[in-house]
Amino acid sequence: MTKSMSETMTEAMAAAPLLHAEQVSKSFAGMARAALNAVSLCVPAGAVTGLIGPDAAGKTTFMRLCCGLLRPDAGRITVLDRQIGRDDAAIQAEIGYMPQHFGLYEDLTVAENLTLYADLHSVPQAQRPDRFAQLLDMTQLGHFTTRLAGRLSGGMKQKLGLACTLVQPPRLLLLDEPTVGVDPVSRRELWDIVYRLVATDGMGVLLCTAYLDEAERCQQVVLLHEGAVLGSGHPADFTAHLNGRVFGVRGAANQRRALQTQLRQRPEVRDAVIDRDRVRVLLAPNTAPPANAAPPWVPLAPRFEDAFIDRLLEQATQRHPPMQVAARPEPSALAEVITVSNLSRRFGAFVAVDQVSFAVRRGEIFGLLGANGAGKSTTFRMLCGLLPASSGQLSVAGVDLRTAAAQARARIGYMSQKFALYEVLSVEQNLRFFGRAYGLNRQRLRERLDWALNEFGLAPLRQQNAGLLPLGFKQRLAMAAALLHEPDILFLDEPTSGVDPLERRAFWQRIDALANAGVTILITTHFMDEAEYCDRMIILSQGRILIEGSPAEVRAGARRPEQPDPSMEDAFIHWISQPAAPEHAA
Amino acid sequence: MNSLRRIWALAIKEFQALLRDKKSRFVIVVPPVIQLLVFSFAASFDLNHIPLAVYDEDRGSAASSLIARFSGSGHFTLSAPVHNERALQHRIDEAQALMVLHLPADFSRQLHQNGSAPVQLIIDGRNSNTAAIALSYANRIVDQFNTDWAQSHHLPNPPSVLISRAWFNPNLESRWFIVPGVVGLLMLVVVMVVTALSVAREREQGTFDQLLVTPLHPAEILLGKALPGLLIGLFEASLIVLIAVYGFQVPLLGSLTTLYAGIALFLLSATGVGLMISALSATLQQAVLGVFLFLVPAIILSGFATPIANMPPLVQELTLLNPLRYFMVILRGVFLEGAGFNELRNQFWPLAVIGVITLLIAGWLFRHRMN
Repeated sequence: MTKSMSETMTEAMAAAPLLHAEQVSKSFAGMARAALNAVSLCVPAGAVTGLIGPDAAGKTTFMRLCCGLLRPDAGRITVLDRQIGRDDAAIQAEIGYMPQHFGLYEDLTVAENLTLYADLHSVPQAQRPDRFAQLLDMTQLGHFTTRLAGRLSGGMKQKLGLACTLVQPPRLLLLDEPTVGVDPVSRRELWDIVYRLVATDGMGVLLCTAYLDEAERCQQVVLLHEGAVLGSGHPADFTAHLNGRVFGVRGAANQRRALQTQLRQRPEVRDAVIDRDRVRVLLAPNTAPPANAAPPWVPLAPRFEDAFIDRLLEQATQRHPPMQVAARPEPSALAEVITVSNLSRRFGAFVAVDQVSFAVRRGEIFGLLGANGAGKSTTFRMLCGLLPASSGQLSVAGVDLRTAAAQARARIGYMSQKFALYEVLSVEQNLRFFGRAYGLNRQRLRERLDWALNEFGLAPLRQQNAGLLPLGFKQRLAMAAALLHEPDILFLDEPTSGVDPLERRAFWQRIDALANAGVTILITTHFMDEAEYCDRMIILSQGRILIEGSPAEVRAGARRPEQPDPSMEDAFIHWISQPAAPEHAA
Repeated sequence: MNSLRRIWALAIKEFQALLRDKKSRFVIVVPPVIQLLVFSFAASFDLNHIPLAVYDEDRGSAASSLIARFSGSGHFTLSAPVHNERALQHRIDEAQALMVLHLPADFSRQLHQNGSAPVQLIIDGRNSNTAAIALSYANRIVDQFNTDWAQSHHLPNPPSVLISRAWFNPNLESRWFIVPGVVGLLMLVVVMVVTALSVAREREQGTFDQLLVTPLHPAEILLGKALPGLLIGLFEASLIVLIAVYGFQVPLLGSLTTLYAGIALFLLSATGVGLMISALSATLQQAVLGVFLFLVPAIILSGFATPIANMPPLVQELTLLNPLRYFMVILRGVFLEGAGFNELRNQFWPLAVIGVITLLIAGWLFRHRMN
């Protein structure tokens, strides 16, 4: 398959590109820097071109420019041999564009949505039965044609959106973050569909994503950062110069985070992340691993993410020292800070959480994983006291937060999935409000405010409206607000979604420091590599626990002859593809 | 003490959120002032330029004298005279005249001979309210003409004469009736907008969950959320009362203490209703709809324009739930009658009851509303 694809690619590269952008720039009023700065790129037929970059890199702006939904300030975009800005309606009729939030009509069924889009694209009646059958087969939505779109899971909605985009087969397909917020199983399915379109129809695909591991699935990659192209080419081109600079260092199973912190302090180490049972180390150029080190350093093949981090770090940001956290007093008796037994939550006839039991010990990082709609958020909200349980017991620091006195809530910190601070208030006003709401006195508030502004690098932005901060800074502010009152327990709901890899590293460094100081952390995440940072985790599916254990145990349980060393993502897919989950069964 | 500090922190945050945003600053100040001016100048029951056509077949001096009284009254504007029945009909049909005064050919003769003569008034009854008012003006003019004619021709006076005195509003200026009502109307609108959007906006943006996990007790959230509405309402009320008294010269006979007691209680109930709507809504859009669904009936069933006593009994009972109804009585009582606390007792306590009940419901809904 790889061979045929690279062949098609070389053929296509030779032919005229489907999309050609030259020196495209775009700024928006009120933004400090340009959204796009002199971006040039080509999208060939018969290949997947990945536009890779963290949030706010300018990916969506570029997509919208290519569809003629926005006008560039400078530069030229040619799509299917027509220049954007002259005959946009004709171009729009020939390309397929799936925006991040595709306009599915949630009150229509799957079949009605397809018919509606076929009507909008004037697909002849005679062609429809065949085309619909083909699309439903490809997206495996055939059994759900009568289900309302609003009742589909996140991954199925994305597949239906893609099917609607494809009712009239386009020559060029633009996909804006099709896999964001989608669980790993659905992500793989979406990628399979995209590959098939390229292989069978010779379609050209421009796909943008913030997941760096997806870069390796593209035939051509354009790396976008802060509106500028950092590099482009075959994914392997990016990593070639890193050969001999990436190593794996194996440590004791429960010492990985300590080992990572220790390695990160070494001057020659540019980056260190946890990868399965080892710590993956990226060395600075022209340095060598320590001789006769124990544990030994094993050379590894470089990944795209290594290359991305390497490029970003070249642009020099000073290294942040680990966060200083005051150790929490040892509790007298309570070793298990969070206990949940037979917890259930029903919404009408639908059982969102079904007889879930687990316990979290003091100072532990505990992960709550699961596909879309598995019951993670419901469990999370019940623990925070935001939603009453239908049955079962739960206790956080010895009390049920829903019924406990308000003071009990002062011991927890909470960071929600969406940025949930006040956007019209300044950074400092937000922090002051939450400090006061948690009852910090004047003196204490001043100390903690200074700490937060310095630790999170927010001091220069203190007067700025929180809503105008870049995403990474919003996440820092939300975390600062959650930590102002020095909580003993921290609840984090997908805290890193959409945040760039550097920011995610800083985030996990802080979480590690907090856990070492005895803070208990409960976290949900979509990033499987982040699950490795947990001490223990559960994987939920359809409201039930599939497996509970340390990352190593979860991976070990998924070991198969054909997959001797599964990654966390492989393991996750293994577990949720178990027979109990019919919607994901192949 | 700690609790007070938390409430204060929330109230400050609410003010910052309202006042840092240029648009919400604008919404709080400019529309109410514009509305006050528009309502006060435009909403009037007085008719000043009623288009009147005259079909004078008589052309005698008595007829001209009666016509002169119409044109000189200040209420009527004479349009071109009508010369036949067809033209008369046309004028009314095309709404070129609201009223046609028809003086028959022998008007003057009959008047001189018999001391009485028929006059015909044809009026456009499509807007019954306007027609009735215009008719009453015409009646008054004809009555006065009769009395004067009797005196000057030494005829016996009619057996009884009606001499009317309007108390509280001697000239029956409708502005005196409307402007105090506008005070209540605008306060309700402003307070509803400020409070009804506050919780719903936080729910929509996800900040309400963040608020619920802090040690803030629902009662504290309630007070923190209610304070800005109360204070802004108080500020607006004072502003509008000042404009009413100094700008529109509406007399304020009662004491300021009574007036502000009424304002405070009304603000409490309006804030309660606003927060209740807000706590019920999951999104901003729902809250806006909720406010709209409440405001329109609240204004119509308040006695602002049409008297509650004219409504069917069932609807009259429904108005008992409407805080604006009580406040209208308080406002007009204090402004025009100089009513004191005691006379308005029965208006004060229902406002307090509505306020307390709606606030309790709102506070309960904060935590118990299901998503």
